[in-house]
This record gives sequence, C-alpha cells and structure tokens, in this order.
Amino acid sequence: MIENSNGNALHLNNVQIVLNDKLLLSVNETVQAGEVLTLMGPSGSGKSSLLAYIAGFLDPVFVASGDINLNETNLNELPAELRKIGLLFQDAMLFPHMSVGQNLLFAVGANVRSKAERKTLVEEALEVANLSDYFNADPATLSGGQKSRIALMRVLLSSPQALLLDEPFSKLDTNLKAQIREFVFTEAKRRMLPILMVTHDEEDAKAAGGKVITL
Amino acid sequence: MIKKLLATTLAATVALPLMVSAAFAIEPSNWEAVTKEAKGQTVYFNAWGGSTNINAYIEWAAEIVKERYGVTVNHVKLKDTADAVNAVVNEKAAGKDDSGKIDLIWINGENFVSMKKQKLLLAPDWATKLPNYKFVDFENQSTITVDFTEPTDGLESPWGGAKMVFFYDSANTKKADLPLSFTQLVKWTGENSGRFTYPAPPDFIGSSFLKQALTETISDPSILLKPVVEANFEENVAPLFAALDKMHPNLWRNGKTYPKNLPAMNQLIADNEVDISFAFNPSAGSANIEKKEWPETIRSFVFTKGTLGNTHFVAIPYNSTAKAGSLIFANFLISPEAQIHKQNPKVWGDPTVLNADKLSKVDQKALASIERGVATLAPSELGPKLPEPHASWMTMLEKQWLKRYGVSN
Amino acid sequence: MLLRLAPSFALLVLLGPIFFGLWGTIEPAFGHFPALGSDTYSLEPFHKLFQRPGLGISIALSLWTGLGTTLVAVSVVAMFIAGWSNTKWFASVQQLVSPLLSVPHAAAAFGLAFLISPSGWLLRLVSPELTGITRPPNLLILHDPMALSLMAGLIIKEIPFLLLIVLSALPQSNAKRLSHIVRSLGYGRVMGFLYVVWPNIYKQIRLGVFAVIAYATSVVDVAIILGPTTPAPLAPRLVTWMSDSDLLVRFEASAGALLQLGVTATALIAWWLLEKFGAKIMKQIAVSGRRFQKDKAIRVISLITICLTSGVVILGLVILAIWSFAGYWSFPNALPSGFSLDSWTRSWSGLISPLINTVIVGISSTLIALIISLACLEREARTGNKGGSYMLGILYLPLIVPQIGFVFGLQSFFLVFDIDATFSALILVHLVFVLPYVFLSLSDPWRAWDKRYGQAALSLGHSQNSVFWNIRAPMLLRAILVAAAVGFAVSVGQYLVTILIGAGRITTITTEAVALASGGDRRIIGVYAFLQMLMPFAGFMLASLIPNILFRGKRDMRASA
Repeated sequence: MIENSNGNALHLNNVQIVLNDKLLLSVNETVQAGEVLTLMGPSGSGKSSLLAYIAGFLDPVFVASGDINLNETNLNELPAELRKIGLLFQDAMLFPHMSVGQNLLFAVGANVRSKAERKTLVEEALEVANLSDYFNADPATLSGGQKSRIALMRVLLSSPQALLLDEPFSKLDTNLKAQIREFVFTEAKRRMLPILMVTHDEEDAKAAGGKVITL
Repeated sequence: MIKKLLATTLAATVALPLMVSAAFAIEPSNWEAVTKEAKGQTVYFNAWGGSTNINAYIEWAAEIVKERYGVTVNHVKLKDTADAVNAVVNEKAAGKDDSGKIDLIWINGENFVSMKKQKLLLAPDWATKLPNYKFVDFENQSTITVDFTEPTDGLESPWGGAKMVFFYDSANTKKADLPLSFTQLVKWTGENSGRFTYPAPPDFIGSSFLKQALTETISDPSILLKPVVEANFEENVAPLFAALDKMHPNLWRNGKTYPKNLPAMNQLIADNEVDISFAFNPSAGSANIEKKEWPETIRSFVFTKGTLGNTHFVAIPYNSTAKAGSLIFANFLISPEAQIHKQNPKVWGDPTVLNADKLSKVDQKALASIERGVATLAPSELGPKLPEPHASWMTMLEKQWLKRYGVSN
Repeated sequence: MLLRLAPSFALLVLLGPIFFGLWGTIEPAFGHFPALGSDTYSLEPFHKLFQRPGLGISIALSLWTGLGTTLVAVSVVAMFIAGWSNTKWFASVQQLVSPLLSVPHAAAAFGLAFLISPSGWLLRLVSPELTGITRPPNLLILHDPMALSLMAGLIIKEIPFLLLIVLSALPQSNAKRLSHIVRSLGYGRVMGFLYVVWPNIYKQIRLGVFAVIAYATSVVDVAIILGPTTPAPLAPRLVTWMSDSDLLVRFEASAGALLQLGVTATALIAWWLLEKFGAKIMKQIAVSGRRFQKDKAIRVISLITICLTSGVVILGLVILAIWSFAGYWSFPNALPSGFSLDSWTRSWSGLISPLINTVIVGISSTLIALIISLACLEREARTGNKGGSYMLGILYLPLIVPQIGFVFGLQSFFLVFDIDATFSALILVHLVFVLPYVFLSLSDPWRAWDKRYGQAALSLGHSQNSVFWNIRAPMLLRAILVAAAVGFAVSVGQYLVTILIGAGRITTITTEAVALASGGDRRIIGVYAFLQMLMPFAGFMLASLIPNILFRGKRDMRASA
C-alpha cells in the first residue's frame, strides 16, 4: 500500500465563510498529521461549507477568505482535483455503474502505469477492508458497512495528504458505527493524515480523540 | 496567311463554346445538343404526389431516361401544385434567375395562366419542337393548344387527357336511377339525401364540378369562353347558385363539411358513405378496383349532354437548372412507349394525348389492346367533351362559393 | 474555453432563426415584397385579410381550440396527479408517457379519425350486430363545426406532454410530505393536493402549458385531418393562402401570419387571466375550510379519462397498422376481406429516401442539440452558474411563438443565402425545435444528480473532463439517451418546417405522409403514419435497451433508480 508518512499538516489560517453578508464561521487552526480536528455545531452553521471550501467545491453563493495550506502548499488557487484532499460523505458514494474493483481502480493515481501493479494495489486494499472476493461485485449489493469500508479504501488509494469527513458515520447502525469508526481512524492515522471531521455525534468526537470545536 | 488562320482558329475556339452553351441551354430544335447537354443532369420534377399509382409511373419513366439518357429525375411530391409556383416566385425574389430548384412542373389551368402571365416559364415555344410532338393529337384535342381558354403557346407540353366521368356502385344503385345531367343530379340528391358530395373548391376536382354545373345552367355557354364580365356575373350565375342552394342541404353531412379532394371522395364511395363519385379520368374506376380501394361492382357513367374535358401538361420554370434534362424527360413523356404504358388502368389509366393514327402499326395495336377494365366506358360512350371556361370565371366562382357555402357555420 | 461559449451559442441557435423569420414575415405583411413588384409599405394586406369571408369564425375557432384543449388537458392531468400520485396506477401510466409522447401528432390524428368517423372502426366493430347499421350514418363527427374532434385529437397528445413535465416537476414539489400533512388535516386526497401541492407544480410547468396553448391555437396538420372546414381555423387557412396560385395572396397570408401571432398572444393573455381567476377561487374555497372528502367520483373519472386517451392513441395505431395491410374492406365489416402486402410494396421504393432523410436530419439535429445541451449543463455543473430564469423563457420561445409566424419568413432568408433545400439549413431549423426539448428533458435529471459523486471523483484526483466522461455521462446515460429519443421524435414530427425549408427536395416520412394524406387512401396513410410512429418509438426502445445492456448487473443503474 502507498504509505504517507511524511507528516503533513493542514493549516487553516483565519478562514472565514460569509453568506449574504452574514459571517457563518471563522476558524484559525492547524491539524497535525495523524490528528483529528472535530467540528460540531447545528445545521446551517457552515461546517459543511468549510469542508467544501477546503476541498475546492464551495458554492459561489458563499464568500470565503483565509488561506488553506497543506504542508507547505497553498491550496486556495488550486482546482479540486490537484489538492490531494480526500473526502468521505455520509453516503459511500460508490459509482453505481462500476464494479467494486473498478471503483477502486478509478482511484489509483495515474502515475501507477502498469495494469498489474494497479490491480495489486486494489487487491491489497480489498484485503485491508476484509472484502477480498468482492472485486467484481456490484456496489449496490454491498451492506452499509461494506460500502463504507470500500469508500474509505477508495479515498486512501488516491493517496490523499489530508482527509475530510462529512458526518461519515451518521447513517450507519449503532453497532456498526463503532466498528467502522475505528477502521477509518486506524487506517487514516496509520498513514499520518491530518483529518478534519464534521459531526453531530458526541461519540464520533470522543472516538476521534482530538480537539473539538463547537460552532 | 498562317497568322490569319491562327487568329481565326483561336477566335473560334474561344467563341464556339460560348455560342454552343448558350444555344444548348434553350434550343430544343437542336436535339442532339440537348441530349449531350442533358447527360448527367438531375431534374427535380415537381408533381402532385397523392397517388401511389402515379408516383410509381413517374418512377418507371425516370428509370428509363436514367438508363437511356443519363438524366436523373427526382420526383418532388407536392401536396399542391401552387407550392411549386410559389417556390419559383420566391426564387425570382431572391434573384436566382439561373439556379432554380424546380426544373419541371406538372401543371395546367390556373397555375399555368398564373406562371405564364408572370413570365415564370421557359420561353419561347419549346413544347412543339420536341421530337415526339409529331405524335401529339393537337388536331382533335383542342385542349392541347388552349388550356382553360389560355393559348399554351408551346410553353407547356401535354402529358395526359382528362374527362369528367361519374361512378356508382351497381350493387347499391340501379343504372336506370342514375342522374344524367346536373339538373337531374339536384333532383336525385333530394331523393337520396346525404348520398352525394363534391370536394370543396378551390380543390381542383371540386372546382371542376362547379364548372360543369355552371356550363349546364348558364343561359349562354359561349360567354364562358371569354373573360368574365363582373357586372353581369351575379345574373349569369344566379341559376347555378339557385340549384346549389337546393342541393346543399341534401349533400353528405348536409353540406357542413366536404371531402378535401378526389381521393378523400373516393374513400367515401368505398365506405358506402355516398352513392355517386366522379373523377377527371375515365379509367379511375377500374384503376381503383385494381388497387382494391373500390368494390368490383363499381361502374361509370357520363351526363348525356357532355362533361368537361381538359389536358394536363408539364412546364419548365424560366430559371430551371436542368433545362436540357427537363426537355428530355418531357419528350419521353409523350413518347408512344410512355403514353401507352400510362393508359393501362393497371398502371395509371390516364388517357393519351397522342393521335393513334400517327403511331406505328405496332404501337397502334398495343394501344388498342389495352384492357379497359369493367368500370371504364369505351371512348365512344364517353359523350361530348365540354370546353373549360376561361380561368377568370373560376376565380369569381370560387370566391362566391366560399362566401356562400365555405363559411356556413 | 469552449464550454463558456455554449450558452451564447444556444441562444444564437434559438433566437437567430426566430428573429430573421419574423422579419421576413413582417415585411410582406406590410406590403413590402420587391419580387412581387411591391416596393412600398402599406396596410393593404391587412385590409384584404379582414375582407376574407369567415375570418372572424376562423379566429374564434383558433382561440376556442387553443383554450379548450389546454383547459381540458391541464384539468385532467391535475385531477389525475392529485388523485393517483404514489399509486400503482400512477406508476403504470408513468411508463406509458414517453411512448405516447413519441407518437407524432399527425399519426395520432389519423388513428383517431380512422376510429371515430361514421365509417370508422368503432362502428364497424359493433355493426351490424348491435346497431343494425349497414350504411355509415350521415353524422358530422370529423371536421365538426365546433372543432370537438380537433380538440380531441389535440388533447390525446397534450395529456402525455403535460404529464411528462408534471412528472419532472414532482420531485421538486415535496408532494408526498405536503399531501400527507394536508390529508391528516382531514382534507380529501384530490382537493388537498390541489390546495397545497398543485400551485407549486403549476409554477414549474407554466411555460409548458403556454406551449400547449400556442401549439393548439396554431396547429396545421391535425387541423387539416380533424378540424372544421367551413371555415377552418386560422392556421390551416393561412397555409392554403400561402400556396394560393394567385401569388398576390401571399401578402394577405403574411398579414395573416402576424394575425396568428396576435391570436396566440390573445389566447395566452386569456389564459393568464384564467389563472388569476382560478387562483382566487381556489383561495376562497381553501379558507372556507371545506374538506371535500368524497372525491372518489372525480378520481375515477380522471383515471378513466387518462386510460381512454391513451387507449385511443394505441387503438388508433392498431387500426393504422390494419389498414396498411388491408385489401378491399367494405362497411360494416370489422376486418378487411383480405390482407396483403400490396400497400407496402407499392410504397416501399418511395419510402427509402424519405426514411434515410428523416434519420439523417433527426440524428444530426439531435446530436447537435445534445452537444449544446450537455455543454451548457456541464458548464453549469462546473461553475454553479445557472444562467438566470430568463434562459428558461428563451428555451420555451420556439415552442410558444407559432411556427407559422416565422417559418415563412425564414424560408425567404435561406433563399437569399442560397442554402434552402440543403441538409444544413434543414438541420439548423429542426435544431430550433429539437434543442428546447432535449435541454428540458436532460436538465432535470442532470440537476437532480447527486453532486457529491462528482466531488468524490475530483477529490480522487480526476480532472473535470475525466469526471464527465467516466462518472457523470455514464451515470446519466439513460437520461441522455431519453433526451436524444425525445429530440429525434420532435425532429421526425416536424411538418411545416420541413416542407418549407426542405423545399420538397428533402422529404421526410412526415412530409410524405401528409402529402399522401391529401391522397386519402387509407391503406397508404396507414403505411406512412405507421412508419412515422414507428421511428420515434424505435428511438425510445433503444434509449431503454442500451443502458440495460451496458449496465447489466448494476442494480442501481436500473430504470427506476
């Protein structure tokens, strides 16, 4: 697996998001490699907009300011696809027209040229997710937990340098939640990724173990 | 000397093609040149496309001229000939005086008069210079040289003859009960309410019915050959409209609507919605039986004092792109071969414009041996041919009709 | 970047032809047409126009047909959607909408005519056993002076159109939740829906309703087949005048085309007043607190009407097919005395080139429309810029301005540039009508698509282009193909435009069908109308088959997903 152990950090320098002349939020934080910063707050407080701003998808109705730096690189002017920021949503967002394996292959960087090598990477990822036999499976046939694990593996295969989690566990069953949560945090921390998580759930914040900001 | 010779040769080589091409384009008397020029041309033949029989016949003719002369004929199927007339007007407006999109039109009557008056037709006389014109029966069929009282002046070439003939279903109507004049027909509709109709003018066949009725009701039919005098018009047509007023409440659908055209009327007799139908083609009945549109019990009859007759033509717009090709096709259409084929009711059944006496023995025999079919009268039974009134009568008549019956709601 | 230009290009394609066409109509309407020897402007054409006998009746017929058709079609659709949404019946009707929509107006009208005329199939089926009739009764059913059969012919085609746009508006209307709430307050299903959900839906489909009014006030082909004749409504009369052998009638016809624009505008204004009035009444009833719980009757009626209108179209197609294979068929026999391939073999050689032309023009205009629409939508997806609500109005413009008002004029313009009767000109003009339908049918699924798929793909390091080709386009393939099928169907159905711009040289299956319709032979009409309907239908079949094959075994890519 591609390891990311160079110890990146995600810096949010005086980031402010404004909607209709109203300040939604203001953040000035640094997330160190392998750490989790948790954002909590009611709907409409701008949490998700902050993630969109960092990832490069902010809707033009919002006005945002402040610098986002990943390690030494300023991301503000970079298009989303070059930011190397991984995203996990409430839903797994597996592409329904591709098999599980194709979903994962789609994520492997284009720098890995050889077909065999790409396939090996995907197979390793499937193994980590404990879904070795699922290469040709239709994503629609997976259980919720399986989908989540594939979604995480898909993000990790694209070798991100930071991870954004947008209420990633809120749709899972309670017993499954803890299991997936642990899987995500373990895998992400193993790669020394800085993680920014938005959630409603106190449990998520507790499990993350990092700083919690309540908006 | 040599110098002089050289100069002449040079001048000739430069001038000759110019002279030749100018002559080739419009000189039908130099048929060899026409044939040469026509080779490879594409003729857009604008002709009413409402009959699959006729369409198939045109296709047959097109295949032959393609094979023999290298002329491609494309049938542009019109809903209404006036569409093509309008297109030529549009082109004249746009200044397309030598690149028109219409090369040949199937035409007669009002459309011809309209185009002739506006100088939209290829002129001067070309039709009588076609090689096959020598077979044409202009001596006996006056409608070949005078189209709706307008002299054709060789600006259109005859294609087929037409005479109004009536049809009935012998399974429903006895021969003895048939009306044999317009006046009898009015009486007949009174006794057989809802069992007769005619297409609404200005449909060609509907207008023809009006003209037939006018010719029979007017006190002095000879005035119909001259342009209408507006001051006397009301008086002249009074008997006609008196008769129509009497007849209309007894028409099919009580005269609230009319069949759109001839084929629509044909469908009515097939569906047993009416008892009497008519057409401008004596073999239409046999042809429709052949096509399984009409029952085999259909027979034809004519009015004893005669029915209207006319000729239909092809004409070349002044701006046709393929004039030579059009001449070739027009000439083929009046060839004995094409005319005999056309007269066969299984093909089309359209009466020939040729004079049988002028044909070769073989062709005469072929023409005579065509089976008329059960529903077609022999030429001797067709009765007198009444002349078409001057086109101006029709215009006035159509307007008057429309005012009285066209907006009856 | 090319994508940035897409919306402007779309505007040009839509507005250019309308603008130049109107100009080309206005000039001769005010007496200016140098080719006919008139270099000065005057009001003479209008004077002459208003002297035409029965003009007032024609105008009244156009207005009555337009408003009556729309009122009935909108009411039926509203009642049906109010009474039956989220039911099994609703789902099955939903399946029928696209195929019904794909049946060209002319084919549906012929089918209806062959069914309901006094010598039609319905009477043949029950005669003489039940009726004792052996001769068709002398009844004025088709071409009736009240235009009822014309309206019926339009209604059976406008209902599926309205259903389609209602279906696309439904998801944005919160219909299910709102109607549950209002029913829990004790309101009847139908009235409750009409109170709280319908106003929201109507707001979204309003332009589509306007298009129905415009179409029904200015329709030519259906009016020729089913409409009153003594006199006819305005539009078919205009076409007759346009082709009058007395060429000076063109001036009047152009003036008439402007009058047609006025008539359509009047109908639209009348409808707008009707909307106001209706909204006021609804409000008054709503505040009265009456619950209208007994709405079974109205639900049943709306369902029966929907089934009846669909049934008529389907049965009409059956009878067209039968006639195309019929030998001699006398009244009142329920079936022909023999079947044969004669009509098909007689027509076949003439059918090939129109069929090819139909496919060329249909596919080209659809492809161009698809590319423009995708470019606009892709730009919107990338920038989040929707381009304002005026854009939607412009999209609907070609559907609201009566064709007859600008196509005559457009023909003159093409003549000047010497590109009339060329495939490029014809494709361009078809595009004016195809583009709105393609865009409208594509934009809803496109906008409803979960953007997070795109964000996920981008954050995996893929470029916008890669996201389009690998994720968005494949996931929306079904919608793209349906939009293409809609566009193709629209192109196939174009009559007036094709006959005028194609100048008779480029014939399509529709122009040939109507040309032969003037030839009245039911067998041949059967052949052509049947084919005319088959082509768009084939398009829809492909649109549903291709994704099924490509995405076999992918559960979430099935039609319902």
